[in-house]
Amino acid sequence: MVERDLVIVGGGPAGMAAAISAHENGVKDILLLERDQYLGGILNQCVHTGFGVEYFKEVLTGPEYAERFIKKIKEIPEIEVSLKTFVVNLATDKSLTYLLPGKMETLRAKTLIMATGCREKTREMAHIAGTRPAGIFSAGLAQKLINVEGLLPGNKVVIVGSGDIGLIMARRFTLEGAKVKGVIEIENVSSGLVRNVVQCVEDFNIPFYLRHKITRIYGRDRVEKVDVVQVDEKGTEITDSKFEIECDTVLISVGLIPENELIEMAGIVLDEKTNSPVTDEVNKTSIPGLFVCGNSFKVYDIVDTVTRDSLEAGRLAAEYLL
Amino acid sequence: MSKKYDVIIIGGGVVGSAIARELSRHKIEVALFEKEEELAFGVSKSNSGIIHPGTQNPASSLKGKLCVKGNRLTRKIARELELDFKEVGELIVAFSEEELFRLGELKSEAEKLGVPRLKIVGHKWLEKNEPNLNRKAKAALFAPTAGIISPYRLVYGLSENAQKNGVEIHTSAKAVEIDGERGAFEVFTTDGLFESKYIINAAGLFADDVAEMAGVDTFRIKARKGEEFLLDKKWEDLTRHLLFPLPSEKTKGILVIRTADGNPMIGPTAKEIEDKRDLATTDEGFKEVLSGAQKLVPGINGSDIIAYFAGLRPASGDDFIVREEKEVPGFINVAGIQSPGLTAAPAIALMVVGILKKSGLLLKKKKVFQKHRPKKMHLFAIPPSETKKLIKKNAAYGDIVCRCEMVSKGEVSEAIASGARTLDGIKFRTRAQAGRCHGSFCTTRLMKILSEKTEKPLTEITKRGEGSEIIKKDRCDG
Repeated sequence: MVERDLVIVGGGPAGMAAAISAHENGVKDILLLERDQYLGGILNQCVHTGFGVEYFKEVLTGPEYAERFIKKIKEIPEIEVSLKTFVVNLATDKSLTYLLPGKMETLRAKTLIMATGCREKTREMAHIAGTRPAGIFSAGLAQKLINVEGLLPGNKVVIVGSGDIGLIMARRFTLEGAKVKGVIEIENVSSGLVRNVVQCVEDFNIPFYLRHKITRIYGRDRVEKVDVVQVDEKGTEITDSKFEIECDTVLISVGLIPENELIEMAGIVLDEKTNSPVTDEVNKTSIPGLFVCGNSFKVYDIVDTVTRDSLEAGRLAAEYLL
Repeated sequence: MSKKYDVIIIGGGVVGSAIARELSRHKIEVALFEKEEELAFGVSKSNSGIIHPGTQNPASSLKGKLCVKGNRLTRKIARELELDFKEVGELIVAFSEEELFRLGELKSEAEKLGVPRLKIVGHKWLEKNEPNLNRKAKAALFAPTAGIISPYRLVYGLSENAQKNGVEIHTSAKAVEIDGERGAFEVFTTDGLFESKYIINAAGLFADDVAEMAGVDTFRIKARKGEEFLLDKKWEDLTRHLLFPLPSEKTKGILVIRTADGNPMIGPTAKEIEDKRDLATTDEGFKEVLSGAQKLVPGINGSDIIAYFAGLRPASGDDFIVREEKEVPGFINVAGIQSPGLTAAPAIALMVVGILKKSGLLLKKKKVFQKHRPKKMHLFAIPPSETKKLIKKNAAYGDIVCRCEMVSKGEVSEAIASGARTLDGIKFRTRAQAGRCHGSFCTTRLMKILSEKTEKPLTEITKRGEGSEIIKKDRCDG
């Protein structure tokens, strides 16, 4: 079997930082696998600003932040990038199988860094009853449709949950001319950053319903309306508080989960609640030489800290290898 | 001039598709009309996929007879159409002495129907062979011939094979008016006017409306809603069998079901409703199903539910209706096909062929009937060495579109080539979007592939037909 010194799975901010740092720390053979057709991961669809304030001391958009790393990677010949490459299997001995158009390969990594990011929780995980029409999107999917594909998915929008992507999409939809009819949060405080609450919701006078939840979605072919109800601090519905909001789109922004199915396949134990690898040390796992960094290690608030911890993962990998 | 057929089938669910395939063995012109954009978009799509052994219906019922026969026929069909059929067996579980007595009754009734290898098994057997079953279970009726199959893939297998053998399939073609009589029916559809000697009404929930168009007013269809909940695939081995409580008058109760795709399913509820298009799940349904399922398997946890949906059973009285109507000869009703309709469908199809013969339709077998349908490719259902070869031959199989279920662009293209026109149609055929992220990752790519292959703009791509466009076009004023 072919052996490589360091394989990194995921070419988002975490994987790129890990690759650069591993190289800086002396690793000469690095293979970076990315399933999309370009590096940068989710940053590519984050056209808003606010990235890089801590790490670069500058205010950048997502693509600008990504571009700085992509440029650096391209300048390092020891980092081999393989795009449209999808890892389908990972074994305890760090051998992995991946597909790309026209090819299926298996190799063993002496050191492995998993930087596979996270995914959004779904409407199903929030157990919202009702129909299943078109018009229900995860906030991230709506973001991709607008910012990458140039398509506005709907006109009258209700946002379930107040995670950062949901808040940012409240502003994005509004700027695109859609009407955001409410952000519905079950807690009494947003789960997103304060700056996002202010800049994306309050500044646009979007109704923000704290301690409320959506209990039902209506509409056969397309979303038509939702039922909203007020809840107490235990999450119990308050009688007679129910009201309807007419809308054609529901965005779900109820949290993120580290995407760790591959390391689970290799036998690494995941925390049942958070889906993070169970460990005492940042980036380390129960398998020596297998590191996890970025949002697949834990869900970070901002990309700057992802970069910081992933640089450390690159250094740890170099230390293990050399 | 409108096109003339020998037989027109109205309704493209499992029943219509099974009849279409059976008729395609003969030298006659057959067309199937489906009002939705794709087949299996009505009652069949919410089926749990159980191939029943025949333990739930009285020996005197048509249902019971067709179920037992259908169970046998389904195995052959699955082989011919290269569909995965698994004989997992079912357990009808008794928790008290009284229930134990009823198990005996069920057993002798089923034996009258010829259900093979039935056995009453005791506590010890259950502990050994169904370890996660509630320890309070006293005994169970074990029916080893119960099986599972993917309901949509069965419909697509049957209909694609029927099409291969000459049946014309019209989708988005709703019957709106029927005139004439045997030998010369005129069927007005949203896809044009067609003529036919015979009409088979397999219109599911709307079979009463279609019958009325032809002047038959002998039955009504009531919709009975069933809510079903799917657990994460990691619980694939939660049970070894299909688990049933003792059935009541109206329903089989809340079951714990193994499915062809691996995710255990719990449900369904049974609630008669007025609106035949009401597919909403409810909080009450969720509670009912969870507590019903926990009675059988206490370890089931609500947080393991990853998907849910509701389906409607087309009920008319207690039994199936399969008959040529006396007052309108040549018009054959296949109605009220609720459970065990998926199992019975191939037997119903044979019965319909018999009715047509008796009514005077000349049915001569074709010299060549292509009974086989090549296996649909699933990347990870084949050995890695074959996957490797396949990807080398066709690069698109190495291009993963759906990350949760690992579905490649090659498989998606194949689905579109065989008739998928919507995102749901792709999902039912390939499982793309059916995993834990529910399409967050692959929706845009699937839209693009559909748009490219069907030459439609992205704004016209739908979830399940007109009105369910993913991108809402018309702007509002707020």
